[in-house]
Amino acid sequence: MTTLFTILFDGVAYGMLLFVLACGLAVTLGLMNFVNLAHGAFAMTGGYICAVLVNNSGWPFFAALPLAFVSAAAIGVLLERTLYRHLYTRSHLDQVLFTIGLTFMSVAAVDYIMGSSRIFIKLPAALEGQFDFFGVGIGRYRLMIIVICGLLTVALQLILARTRFGSRLRAAVDDPRAAIGLGINVPQVFAFTFAFGCGLAGLGGALSAEILGLDPYFPLKFMIYFLIVVTVGGSSSITGPFLASLLLGIGDVAGKYYVPKMGPFVIYTIMIVILIWRPNGLFGRAAAR
Amino acid sequence: MTATSDVSSHAIARARWRPAEIAFWILAASCAFLFPSRYLIMTDIIRLALFTLSLDLILGYAGIVSLGHAAFFGVGAYSAGLMALHGIINEPVIALVVAGLIAMALGLLTSFLVIRGVDLTRLMVTLGIALLLEALAERFSNITGGTDGLQGIEMQPILGLFAFDMFGKTGFFYSLIVTFLLFLLARRIVNSPFGLSLRAIKNNPLRASAIGVPVNRRLIAIYTVAAFYAGIAGALFTQTTALASLDVFAFERSADLMLVLVIGGTGYLYGGLIGAVVFKMLQELFQTITPQYWMFWIGLVLVVMVLVGRERIHRWVLWGPNLIIRQVFGRKAVVAVPESDAP
Repeated sequence: MTTLFTILFDGVAYGMLLFVLACGLAVTLGLMNFVNLAHGAFAMTGGYICAVLVNNSGWPFFAALPLAFVSAAAIGVLLERTLYRHLYTRSHLDQVLFTIGLTFMSVAAVDYIMGSSRIFIKLPAALEGQFDFFGVGIGRYRLMIIVICGLLTVALQLILARTRFGSRLRAAVDDPRAAIGLGINVPQVFAFTFAFGCGLAGLGGALSAEILGLDPYFPLKFMIYFLIVVTVGGSSSITGPFLASLLLGIGDVAGKYYVPKMGPFVIYTIMIVILIWRPNGLFGRAAAR
Repeated sequence: MTATSDVSSHAIARARWRPAEIAFWILAASCAFLFPSRYLIMTDIIRLALFTLSLDLILGYAGIVSLGHAAFFGVGAYSAGLMALHGIINEPVIALVVAGLIAMALGLLTSFLVIRGVDLTRLMVTLGIALLLEALAERFSNITGGTDGLQGIEMQPILGLFAFDMFGKTGFFYSLIVTFLLFLLARRIVNSPFGLSLRAIKNNPLRASAIGVPVNRRLIAIYTVAAFYAGIAGALFTQTTALASLDVFAFERSADLMLVLVIGGTGYLYGGLIGAVVFKMLQELFQTITPQYWMFWIGLVLVVMVLVGRERIHRWVLWGPNLIIRQVFGRKAVVAVPESDAP
């Protein structure tokens, strides 16, 4: 019974982490209809920046986290303004090619700068180890991830549903032309959203170094996971991707625990079955866009 | 002139062999005598060309974006490898066809998944299938040899006559002939009424179904055929190199494949062949400059190609040859210009 809870706990932590990593992609891919396979590259950037700051410059871990967010967002907005925005109206094939190209470049560049081995981020002592909670072993680091990611999720939902910016974004996504007609600066809204999504990915990358492992092939290894979250979760809200991340996280942890030999087999099968059953995702809109 | 005969005469005119095409194949065959020391790399190029031809059939003609075409390549490769290893079918040509048919069966099965949904779902499902097969191959390492791959494959002589030699001469001619025959078949397919209906589907599926094209059945058919081609390419890979390892399923292989096709241009069959030559030469170049980081330059090529625009690049490249051909043969003989594949 306690193993079940431990698996559940680890799965939720893993799922939350995936959500923070992927929710930027949910916006670009689901809402802006742009296939961004390079999303993992932003996560990797954040992770490596955090690692350099903590390990080499001696920053405290919690001070480096916001900087991972800010720098990934800054790189995101730079690329969006210079490159991405030309591709919003192009075919999906062009978008796929372009973002695969970016991913390859990022992998080789990080390999060149940082070396190809996996790196670790030095954690503060308070986050190491685990404590006992009614017989269930709770990792401190994972608990922190759940807290941070849970708060982020609530904040995101509130921003999207309650604020003026949220309603502008939803309007811009629903019908860009009408939104422009109403005086909404759609490119600006998109650029801001893109940057925010990249920033979240960077934060997720920094947090995930401990759990997922951080090496130059990170964007390729986890691309499929991010895509699963978005396609399975659908794009109508952020609740869909959130539930999909939790499902994926728990499924993956449980799969690795109970049928370790099947490896990632379980996840891919579940994804294909869900996509056949609901091509627009579990919580997607009925109409294909 | 009635509408039907107009369409068919147009199709027949398109299907006619052009001088440039004949010149292309003569050039390809003469490479064997021009560079007798480079058989291995040339075999590699031909294999890649056949594999790309397979992607061109579904992407260039039917508009199906696939990120997991390596699935069929891998199945063909492992089928051929296992058949040769366990002596099930010793004769390479029969084994080749059987491996192709196995990949084709998988293509038929998975086509039902692929035709559902829009571009994004297709990307995911194709990618998922390739990853699934990779995971399976890793799981059943007692059959596939796991990360070490199949070891100790020994190929029997082709048709019992031509043994594979260590310089790859037999392998080269074998691959070239197989590719040429399959190319003829592909050429026949895309210029047939069936091929024309595929183009209609690619341009507008809704309109195609309105004029009576059974969209889903056509897509299933071409996807299955493309899987056959990819399986053959995979089997050729195993037979000419005598190895098959997990990386036949790798995502990089599918991604590289797209790059090859995009370099060559989609939707006129020669794109794969030309793209394979250019890609391999680029790869060689980058690997000699930076052995470890050539991925960066390949990525840069992709990014630049998309940003500049694929059609524009092809126009620039074809400007020279077309100018010469126009001067020599008169106005009409223009090298096939790839169709624009805007959404």
